[in-house]
This record gives sequence, C-alpha cells and structure tokens, in this order.
Amino acid sequence: MEGLGIKQRLQETLKSIYFPFVAIVVSLLIGSVVILATSTTSPLTAYGHMLKGAFGNLAAFDATLIKAIPLIFTALSFSLARRSGIINLGAEGQFMMGALAATAVGVATPNLPAIIHLPATLLAGFLGGALVGLLTGVLKVRFGASELIITIMLNYIAKELISFFVNGPLMDSASSSYPQSAPMEPSARLYKFIPGMNVHTGLIIALVFIFLYYFFLWKTTAGFDMRVVGFNPSAGEYAGMNIGRSTIFALFLAGGLAGLGGCIEIIAVQGRLMMTSFIVPYGFTGIAVALLGNLNPLGVLFSGILFGGLSAGALRMEVMTRNVSSSVAVVIQALIILFIAGRQMFAIKKRYRSRSSSGTSAGKTVTDEAKDDDAPLAPATAEEGV
Amino acid sequence: MNEVVSFFSTTLRLATPTLLAALGIVFSERAGVVNIGTEGMMLVGALSGVIGSYVTGNVWLGTLIAIVVTVLFAAIFGFFTVVVKADQTVIGTGMNLLASGLTITVNRALFGASTSPPEIDKFVIAPIPGLSKIPVIGPIFFNHHILVYLAFLLVPIAHFVMFRTNVGLKVRSVGENPKACDTVGIRVGMTRFLSILYSGILAGIAGSFVSMGMLSFFTEGMIAGGGFIALAAVVFGNYTPRGVMFSSLVFGASNALMYRLQALATNVPSQFPLMIPYVITIVSLCIVSRRSNKPLGSGKPYIKE
Repeated sequence: MEGLGIKQRLQETLKSIYFPFVAIVVSLLIGSVVILATSTTSPLTAYGHMLKGAFGNLAAFDATLIKAIPLIFTALSFSLARRSGIINLGAEGQFMMGALAATAVGVATPNLPAIIHLPATLLAGFLGGALVGLLTGVLKVRFGASELIITIMLNYIAKELISFFVNGPLMDSASSSYPQSAPMEPSARLYKFIPGMNVHTGLIIALVFIFLYYFFLWKTTAGFDMRVVGFNPSAGEYAGMNIGRSTIFALFLAGGLAGLGGCIEIIAVQGRLMMTSFIVPYGFTGIAVALLGNLNPLGVLFSGILFGGLSAGALRMEVMTRNVSSSVAVVIQALIILFIAGRQMFAIKKRYRSRSSSGTSAGKTVTDEAKDDDAPLAPATAEEGV
Repeated sequence: MNEVVSFFSTTLRLATPTLLAALGIVFSERAGVVNIGTEGMMLVGALSGVIGSYVTGNVWLGTLIAIVVTVLFAAIFGFFTVVVKADQTVIGTGMNLLASGLTITVNRALFGASTSPPEIDKFVIAPIPGLSKIPVIGPIFFNHHILVYLAFLLVPIAHFVMFRTNVGLKVRSVGENPKACDTVGIRVGMTRFLSILYSGILAGIAGSFVSMGMLSFFTEGMIAGGGFIALAAVVFGNYTPRGVMFSSLVFGASNALMYRLQALATNVPSQFPLMIPYVITIVSLCIVSRRSNKPLGSGKPYIKE
C-alpha cells in the first residue's frame, strides 16, 4: 500500500468504514423496531438517552472508557485466534478464570510491595485465561475435537468453578453470608490516573496490548506464521510451519488476553470476586467488537469504545425511560454481528469486485475469501500483505 | 430399587430436550450446516411457548406458536448462512446473542420483573394405560410427558427418512458434495435452507419442553447450554439418529446423576455435580472426533461458479 496516492488512500479509508457504518445504522433501525414493540417510549428518545449516557459529557465518556477496557481485551482475544484460523468462543470462560487466578494472588499475600504484587496478579490473570486456552488447543490438536463446543462447555465449567471458589476456598471470612471473595489487597489494585476521571490505569495496559497485538502479528516471525496458517493452512504446512503448534500457541495467547481482561476488571473496577462480576457477557460482546473492528488493532480500539458506550448508554436509557430494557443493547450488538458477518449483502457489487481483483498483496477476490472457511474475516483489502 | 427406577425415568425425561433438538440438528448437519444457533432457537422456543400457552390457555397451542416463531427465527439463520453465505459459526453466535437479548427484552416487557410468574397451562404426565402398571419397566418407560414418547418414536422415523428415502439421500449428498449435487440438478441452497427450518421446528418443541415440561415458566437464559449439548450429542452420536439417541441418553444420565449427587451429597460441593454434563460432553467429543461421519462440505457455504 506504499505507493498509493492521497485519493486512493481516502477511498481505502472510506471503504474500510463503509461496512461497519451500514451495519451499525441497520442494527439501530431494527433496534428501534424492538423498542417500539416492547415499550411506550419513542426510539428517538431512547437512543437520545443512550447517546447522552455514552458520550454526552466527560462523566459519561469516563464510564464508557471503563466499560470499553474489558471489551478491548476479549476482542483482542477473538481477533488473535481468528487471525490464526480459530474461532474462540471461550473468551467468556477465559475471562472468568483470569479473574479467579488474579483474585487468588490478589487476596492471598498481604504486605507485599505493589511493585511485586501487582505484576504477579496481572501475570496470574493472564495465565489463568491462557491455561484454559492451552487446554482447548491441546484437545483440538491432539484429539481433533472442535474448539467450538469445547470452548463453550469450558465457559459453563468456569462459571461453576467461580461459584465454588466464592462459596468455598476464597469466600470472605468477614462477610461469610455473601458468596464473594475478600477485597483485593491495595498493593494488587489499579487506580485512577487522570484528575477528575474514574478511568483507571487498565486503559494504558489495554493500549499497550493493542500495540503488542499489532507488533506480534505483523512484525514478528511467530505472528507471521500464525497469520499464514490462519489464512491458508495448506500453504503454511507446505512452507514447513507446524500447524498444531501454531494453533495451541494462538489459543494460549488468546486465552491469556481474555484472562488479563478479567483480571483487570476485578482489580480495577469490582475490587473483589463475586458471582455478579460476570453479569455482562464481556466474552461474547468481544466477538462483536472484534468483528466490527475488522480484527485490526485500531479497529478494535474504536469499536471497543463504541461498544463500551453502548453498554454505558443502555444503563442510562433504562433508568431514564423506565420501560426500555437495557437488554435492547444486547439485541443491537447481536445484529451488528449478523450484519458484519453477512456484510456481502451490502456490497456495492461491481466496484467492490473490480477493486479487489485488481491485485492487492493478499491477492484474493471476494468470492475466494467467502469460499475459504478458515480465512480471516477481514476483506483482502484490509490486509497489509501477509 | 426405587432409586434405580427414578434414576432411569429421570434420565429419559432429561434426555428428551437434547434428543428433540439433536434430531433436528442431525439433518441440518448432514446437509452441511453447522448450527451453533440451536441454543438461541431453543431459548426463543421456550419463551414463545410460554407466551402462547399464557395467551391461549392451552399448552399444545402454545407449542404450536413456539414452532412457528422458532421457524421464523431459524429462517433468519438460513437467510444469512445460505442466501448471504456468511460464516455459519459467527452467524450462529450472533443468533444466540440475539435470542438472549430479544427474550430478555420481550419477557420483561410482557411479564415484568415480577417475583411470582403467572400460572400457565403446562405439559402433564401421561401414563400409558396398562403398560405403565408393569413393575419397574412401567414407571421407567411408560409414565412420562407425551413429548418424551414422541421424541423417542421420532428416532426410527428419522433413521428411515435419512437412510431410506429420497429426501434423506438429497440431504446427505448436499452436505457431502454440494458441487456434484448442483451438477445433477439438486438445489443445494434450498435443501440446506429447508433442513435449517426443520431443525428450527424441533428446537422450538425442545425449548417448549424445557419451559413447560421440565419447568413451568420462562427464566432468562434458561437453556443454559442445552443447545450446545444437543450439538455435541450429534457429533458424539456420529451424525446418525440412532447414535444421537444413544448420546442424548448419556447426557440425560449425566444430568440425572448430577441431581442424585446434589440430593445425596453430604460434603461434595454442589458445583461439581453441575459440571458433569459439560465435562462428559468434552470427553465424548475427544473420543469420537477422529472417526466421524462429519460431512465433507460441513460448515462451508456453497457458492456456484
């Protein structure tokens, strides 16, 4: 893409936001039908409250950013796996296990200096999720079992494990009637860092990991191998890459990203592990974020903030209107998944075809890509060259 | 003895929603469609059945409404996967999230967050006259909801249709080699679409059975993985109706075992028995995945050249 002129660059940019834009607009339209059907509030009023609650003022944007942080991590998790040809539906469980492992480290060792305790807690969170991913990868590669059902089953098992730990070994002795852990030690917590805002240093960690995601996949050999295996497994095998190892490693990292998200949510926002810590389906919402962001680092950042706004705004919408359920936001998220995955239906046919066949470095036409089940969802033009 | 009888009877009852849904999925899977969205379809069936029964006052009319609504919902899945040719797994995941959001929204709008749900007409036990009086055998096999009998009667019918009729042959070949089918004039897209609608019918019935047979009202997210377990039952049952019956019984038994352990357990924390069905699902997938009847064209949209 080096030799493109300004006009072409602009066209590329427009094209990369065309599908997300259409998907969002259509989803909001259908969402307004749902609002009309299930409440007495006009959709415009409802969406107005949502917008105000998401981006209306500094406090709203603050809340949006806080909600965006876990979504960015689960979206990176889905994106990384998808780029390597795997569909990770297990971010939900990996998120929980990351939170669980982080809690164990975060409450167990008082009087540690933060410089040791905090990194140890973050590492535990990463490993908690990564080990779940590793298990999935090993079962997939060793037994040929589909990762789809395995990851989903592991989600339910993780939920029961959390319930066991907050009712048993990790239960707070000071409040023994509630199924919750003791509060995290101050040395294992993340704090706010911008005067006047509640958003915590997890935001910086999220930005660092967005960069690492980019750096790993596009600037390292291991990341390159992973993308090749994801794009065309037989080509990867022909080039001597170990597909099994790449799959296991990708799931390990994807699990770790989701786990880190769970860890940060506990040590920065919730303060202790509870059954109610996981009411918001961060794992599944992360899929929508990843797809809307086209599995790209910057895309994930922007769509993460957008979806953070959607959840933050939905709460305000429910409070202000009193009869529009915040679950309408889930409906809109689901519709966005459908319309992004099915974005071919919005393609402006002639132009799109001729452009993509005019030879990008990835060299795949739209039909080629749709045929190849294991190819990443990103259209060929979004690739910066494998 | 009583314990054993009640264990087996519970196994049959708990296997029923899995079996119903899986008998639908086995056809759509054979046609080459991976239907991750079954979970959402069952959820939609569970709620629309309850609404139908609440409005009409009759559980069977409620089930009929559940079937209609779930088939419409399945048509959305069919539209995106067959017509638009989008990635089946991602669309399935989207459908599950959509079902979750829609059922919560509609349920709250209609019934509010009230603590005591309204009374609805629900499925009742229908002992088969005479047979249900046989000792041991009677209470295990012939003292159930009508849907339990129907689910098991459907197994030989499904087997016959799949392996002895033209329809079954078409479905299987469309999954195995869509291109060849297209060449000889079998309509690949239409066959797949109809098999998705068929799996919608059975998912709707299965969902109704969960909300009106096993329980007596709708609760948010009440399917709790039942659709995924049905999907696993198809893989574990090696894509045949008979195999699906066997694996549904295994999952039903693991659920029954969970309830027994929960009732008996003195010091086993209740969460571990609850994990049993999920663990068994994973183990069973690992056992069978290497030697499977999975169709060659599974999961790939068919695009004419």
